[in-house]
Amino acid sequence: MSAMSWWDHLIVLPVVMPLVTGALLIPVNQKHHRLKFGCATLVSVLLWVMAVALLLLVDGEHWPKGIGVYLAANWAAPFGIALMVDRLAALMLVLTSTIALAVLVFSAQRWGRVGVHFHSLFLFLLMGLNGAFLTNDLFNLFVFFEVMLAASYGLVLHGYNLNRIRAGLQYIAVNLVASFMFLIGVALIYAATGTLNIPDLATRVPVLRPEDSYLLGIGASVLALAFLTKGAMWPLGFWLPSTYASACPPVAALLVVMTKVGVYAVLRVWLAVFGDSAGALAGFGLVALTVGGMATLVFGTIGMLASQDGARMAGYGAIISSGTLLAVIGQSGGAVLAAGLYYLVGATLAMSAFMLLLELTERIRPPGASLLAVTMEAFAIDDKPEDPVGVVIPGTLAILGLSFVGCALVISGMPPLSGFVAKFSLFHALLDASPPGSGGVTPTTWLLIAMVVLAGLASIVALMRLGVRTFWASGAVTPPSLLASEVAPVTALVVLCVALTIHAGTAFDYLNRTVDGLKRVGDYSERVLGQSPVTRAPPAGGSR
Amino acid sequence: MEIVFAIAVGVTFGSGIWLILRPRTFQLITGLLLMSYAVNLFIFGMGRLWVDRPPITPNASIDPLQFADPLPQGLVLTAIVIGFATTALYLVMMIGARGLTGSDHVDGEEPRE
Repeated sequence: MSAMSWWDHLIVLPVVMPLVTGALLIPVNQKHHRLKFGCATLVSVLLWVMAVALLLLVDGEHWPKGIGVYLAANWAAPFGIALMVDRLAALMLVLTSTIALAVLVFSAQRWGRVGVHFHSLFLFLLMGLNGAFLTNDLFNLFVFFEVMLAASYGLVLHGYNLNRIRAGLQYIAVNLVASFMFLIGVALIYAATGTLNIPDLATRVPVLRPEDSYLLGIGASVLALAFLTKGAMWPLGFWLPSTYASACPPVAALLVVMTKVGVYAVLRVWLAVFGDSAGALAGFGLVALTVGGMATLVFGTIGMLASQDGARMAGYGAIISSGTLLAVIGQSGGAVLAAGLYYLVGATLAMSAFMLLLELTERIRPPGASLLAVTMEAFAIDDKPEDPVGVVIPGTLAILGLSFVGCALVISGMPPLSGFVAKFSLFHALLDASPPGSGGVTPTTWLLIAMVVLAGLASIVALMRLGVRTFWASGAVTPPSLLASEVAPVTALVVLCVALTIHAGTAFDYLNRTVDGLKRVGDYSERVLGQSPVTRAPPAGGSR
Repeated sequence: MEIVFAIAVGVTFGSGIWLILRPRTFQLITGLLLMSYAVNLFIFGMGRLWVDRPPITPNASIDPLQFADPLPQGLVLTAIVIGFATTALYLVMMIGARGLTGSDHVDGEEPRE
């Protein structure tokens, strides 16, 4: 008979608010793009505030055990859908809303005005992302994935041209097939265990009959195919570089977050369902994750070196970071997770900043260099209707150069920024995590460390090449005109990376608490399944 | 009944796979549709196959063994709606690509001989 405080509704608002606002903005004519932008900004700011509030509430143990549960439509889990926020979900919400805000401000003067419904699609994408982070039910996760994907299909095509259509055709087809895989996986898991609620699944897995656990294993593998397609594990990630390269920069920055959803889903399901308490199925599939992650690292490294184009390079950078995370999860089963999550946050921020930065650096190039792009777009619908208007700022080359260096340092993991701290702590934890008495560090761990170092080397080589070609090229460099609204988000994201380095201690304290919480699977089952629906006192003289 | 059902799902899904590996967008979308049918049937089948048992009852005191599992049926409804919507979206995209490139090849251009 728990009374519900107003705070509890904070858990569902990150899903409901963008949905309602996005829907309301659809009938508004594109002529009122300022109004649309205003609404979307308001919602994004509110989302950010709510995400930070949730993070503080969760971390302050406002809810028992740091897990907030919201029973949608007041149905008790596992029959209804439970939304749940813990430290990991809150962290992802903050990360998403921060990047979303930066992207929105960036697109204010240009991309938000090209084409229609940018802001609605943007808000729907946020809804899908937030929902995927908050939900606690596999089928509901599918629904939020689809919301997110449907919005992203629209956004990838935003600023409709030939390249985007071509990349979109492949991106959508791949993701539709991945969705079918998701459904098959979900159906098999339901057939094996009779539930789709993740904590409920965790309680049932240890007592499964052997024949059912085979079925569960198959189901989980098929499900993982769907997650890893989003997370771009080799050989499921071939769609990623060309999609990133052809999407317009603000959208590409959001796609960076979407890639992380796949990794997040793997983490969420695997830690809960195939954790240490899972009996015979404990650690199921971790070897596949390690091998796949390593293969992804190799693929990303080679691709990074081979690509000429900045956006494509960033795509391979995202593949490298996915590969690192997956291999680390697989190798250690969560022991080095705190360092992995720190890496995830830093890499996502830097990669998004890099995506936005690329568009600005494109303007440095002398006009001849973009001749190819011009001919390619000659037959398509014009996606650059007007010269940007707004406040132009001085000292552009210095700002661009510094931001570029900042992003490059984080992405490649060079000191002094957060990329280095992340990789250093990763290696430290990996070497520490080798089980005692097993004869020291395993060869796989050494191999993994070598691969991550090599990937960093390849990144720095490729990024340096790009930087030299952009900033130090011929004398024909003309300082581009940049708008304050375009530079501010990029700078803010880079500054956040710096802040993450300076406050690494605080961040690691939080992440350690996150990982401790994730390991106590029993707490999740207890909190989610134990949450009782709100009961209202029957009205006096009511007929029911 | 199970074997007929399994073969039907398998053949549909297999045809779908063959079709999505073809180079033309029309074949691709037909394949996607076939796959979505097969997946929907598959989810339905995962609730076990029953004959003549209702999934819903107004009575609270019942023997659950006499009733079909309603959950997969609910899941299938959602999956059908979502699959339908995303496939329709793809169709629009396909028409756009055909109009813009003048080719119905998935790469947006005819393969060079």
